[in-house]
Amino acid sequence: MAEITEVPSPFCGIGTDDLTIQVDGVRLKVVKNGCTVNTPAFEQAITDIRPRVDGKEVGLDVAVTKAAALLKETNQPVIGGCATDVNGMRALLALADRSGAVVDNMSFTGARNNFLALQDSGWMNTTLAEVKNRCDLLLVVGVDLEGFSPRFFERYLWNEESMFLEDTGKREVIYLGKAPSGNASTSPSGQKASVFECANEDLPDVVAVLRALVKGNPIRVDSVSGIAVADLQAIADKLLAACYSVVTWAAGALAYAQAELTVQTISEMIKDINNQNTRSSGLPLGGKEGDQTANQVCGWTTGYPARTRFSSGYPEYDPFLNDTNLLLANGEADALVWVQAFDAKAVPPVTSLPTIVLGRSGMTFAKEPDVFIPVGTPGIDHAGHAYRMDSVVAIRLKKLRESGLPSTFDVLNAIEQAL
Amino acid sequence: MLIKLTGGAVYDPASGIDGAKQDIYIQDGRIVDQPVGDFKVDKECDLTGKVVMSGAIDMHTHIGGGKGNIARILLPEDHRADPVARTDITRSGCGHAMPSTFVTGYRYAEMGYTAGFEPAVLPVNARQAHMEMADIPILDKGGYVLMGSDDYLLRMLTAKKDQKAINDYVAWTMQAAKAIGVKVVNPGGISAFKFNQRKLDLDEQNSHYGVTPRDILRVLATAVKELGITHPLHVHGCNLGVPGNVDTTLDTIQGIGGLPMHLTHIQFHSYGTEGDFKFSSGAAAIAEAVNKNKNITIDVGQILFGQTVTASGDNMRQHANHKHASPNKWVTMDIECDAGCGVVPFKYKDKNFVNALQWAIGLETFLLVDDPWRIFLTTDHPNGAPFTSYPHLIRLLMDRSFRNEVLSTIHPEAQKMTTLASIEREYSLQEIAIMTRAGAARLIGLQDRGGLGAGNWADITVYTDNADRQKMFEKPDYVFKDGELVVVDGKVIHTKWGTTHVVKPDWDASVEKDLQKYFDRFMTMKLGNFKISDDEITEDGRGSLTVHPLKGDVA
Ligand SMILES: [Zn+2]
Repeated sequence: MAEITEVPSPFCGIGTDDLTIQVDGVRLKVVKNGCTVNTPAFEQAITDIRPRVDGKEVGLDVAVTKAAALLKETNQPVIGGCATDVNGMRALLALADRSGAVVDNMSFTGARNNFLALQDSGWMNTTLAEVKNRCDLLLVVGVDLEGFSPRFFERYLWNEESMFLEDTGKREVIYLGKAPSGNASTSPSGQKASVFECANEDLPDVVAVLRALVKGNPIRVDSVSGIAVADLQAIADKLLAACYSVVTWAAGALAYAQAELTVQTISEMIKDINNQNTRSSGLPLGGKEGDQTANQVCGWTTGYPARTRFSSGYPEYDPFLNDTNLLLANGEADALVWVQAFDAKAVPPVTSLPTIVLGRSGMTFAKEPDVFIPVGTPGIDHAGHAYRMDSVVAIRLKKLRESGLPSTFDVLNAIEQAL
Repeated sequence: MLIKLTGGAVYDPASGIDGAKQDIYIQDGRIVDQPVGDFKVDKECDLTGKVVMSGAIDMHTHIGGGKGNIARILLPEDHRADPVARTDITRSGCGHAMPSTFVTGYRYAEMGYTAGFEPAVLPVNARQAHMEMADIPILDKGGYVLMGSDDYLLRMLTAKKDQKAINDYVAWTMQAAKAIGVKVVNPGGISAFKFNQRKLDLDEQNSHYGVTPRDILRVLATAVKELGITHPLHVHGCNLGVPGNVDTTLDTIQGIGGLPMHLTHIQFHSYGTEGDFKFSSGAAAIAEAVNKNKNITIDVGQILFGQTVTASGDNMRQHANHKHASPNKWVTMDIECDAGCGVVPFKYKDKNFVNALQWAIGLETFLLVDDPWRIFLTTDHPNGAPFTSYPHLIRLLMDRSFRNEVLSTIHPEAQKMTTLASIEREYSLQEIAIMTRAGAARLIGLQDRGGLGAGNWADITVYTDNADRQKMFEKPDYVFKDGELVVVDGKVIHTKWGTTHVVKPDWDASVEKDLQKYFDRFMTMKLGNFKISDDEITEDGRGSLTVHPLKGDVA
């Protein structure tokens, strides 16, 4: 039995890298610094080792040959999921380039709220160490932050010391929209976060009024979606009085139509604050299970984020039309490749099309895919790289055990070679 | 296999050969002397009438790292205008302002370049820089690690740590980030912006640390020298783009007290405040200072007209520049108590007075600096223009009548504010070879690159002599990388992977004691997870590391 320390996690998005994990053969146990997201993700047992073709166990070479044969007969394959490490994405994009596939990360519909805002007007953002050392006011918009990342507050807000704040416990936390599910946002001295609740669908109005107040524009109503304008005015005043406020949101949690406009309003509001002689920054949440990794690697390989097609022989980005579910529903695809090396529960959409799955061991299916290849999980079964939420830091994932499971890179590269 | 390149006119400043007809032999990837006795040539290329140079080296080009990828993702409309289809041997991608990694490699190679150096590798983002560069085919690459606004260094300066301690930290950072040089961007200014300072002059204090840019430049330039790093401290100075910054730049040159220093994209730092528009050329004063101070090297950061995107570590100046964003969208980031970045799309217009004069200032600088070994041909890709505009720039430098023709079309007030029309100098082929080959290799400290003498790696570019220098440099006949033919008639015919150039200066192991504490208290990752290991570069089987000697090492 071995114990591995300083283990980085690709699961929680905030780059925790202080886990201690006990390794007993292929069994893992998080013995220090676990959380409700990371612990089950690391500890999930290996069940399948052998690939299957038509439900029958076969050798890896047979599964690879079969996958290549299926792909050869397709005109418009879709590669969905796209949840893997940097090398896995490299192989995935090489295969897509060769086979003229559509590449679509499974979290893209949520992330699109950010990309559309970014590509239309941009933003001013920050990263976790700046939050840890500078943030004196955190405004959380439309997300249960501790549900998203259980250790966010412990690691980045209630840290004992910081370089630029006398007392980290005096930081202020404000929730707008969704209320927190627990008490992680309560400071060590017992100061509770202020919460101004509204339905997420009402955030466009609420955030628009907040931005107007930041700019000093008059508002003629007393309340908006149940929140008093006086309360929003107080938030605006605090944002302008803070030295380094941070506004955070999760693109995927803004699950309503045209939520990109909410992200844009937040980002433009941050720019407005920076024009009023103080600093403020955005902090978009994400980074789970390879979502930022997919977008980063696709970004440098094609110029576009990970909802891009290769069917014309060159990359074409369309954040709406290249959606896996849409392509399947409209009959525009003729095969599905599903890549999910992190989460056995994230199964492919059910389809009658030929389906090839590279999944985390233990994936179960409503309908057995034509080819299933259990692959290793980056950061558990093999080393690798994954981006955390801020898209700046790529964490170096460790190999923790000898499971014999191949990496996504090895399998996709073999399929590409077999084409 | 023995390859013979026969009868070309060789321009090899590294060996002092200036256009002489000479045969070149290649074996096992390297250039060799003509074998003695009987020997068999396996492959011969007749280069009669051709011009032969070593592969070009871009010593300052933003080809790897986070801000470049932000620039890519920010500009889908720019990519859509320049799609690049896959072929049997090349990958698809996109081109224009900030090309995809694969296309970056192909297009550089197709212009005769065989190496490019990313000048702004943030320590905390160095993995990304190397991963992107690992996906650039054909080219060799390397990076200068960005320091000077990192809180660790600023804390050391406030605590008055001695130079030895700073040297250890610089050496440690270079190894952790796998770098070949050290760069500083708006010294201390990136940090100052986080404290809401919006400008920082050379002698202005960071409001939190009480440290000035001049202090930072001095300790870092000293560290680079004392550690024996060949590449001088690479400096993006204060006040980028600000009218009147020529004085800051002259002061920076004087203030470094004779230490080796490279001033990058100096065009953006050569502005006076004369004339009706309070914007004028400081190129003559800068060139005079460079000519006089032999410790100084520069690259120009020439702007060329058209759409591009600026991507810089200088979040302070980029935030101020966002007013000129075209299209109007932009990004700034504060990054990890380490650095920052700003990405602002720009469209340089020849009918815009300021842009037109910027263009002239860059060219004046090229033409007024005497020593081609101390000036380098860059557009600060993509900041002044995409690297694909180099052949056009070379023609502007080599062809006075062409230059004056273009000059006559720019904003008329800008024409009045430049001495360009009166400058007769035309660069020679040998001078171009110095700026883009031998000089660059010497400046970076690359062993066995940038020359055509025996022992060098066979990175070789062959052009057809053509009075239209743009046409000539756009489309080499042949490009060899490590002895393998990769380009014919300006098209990639074969791809391979280049190496990553680094240095490994020593540091005292005790430096990690303080760093460990600092990481545990203030950073978001463990010290051990921060450092990039060699196998991260080499484990995929295509990357490799080439370690170059330090000054004072026995080669
Ligand atoms: Zn630059």
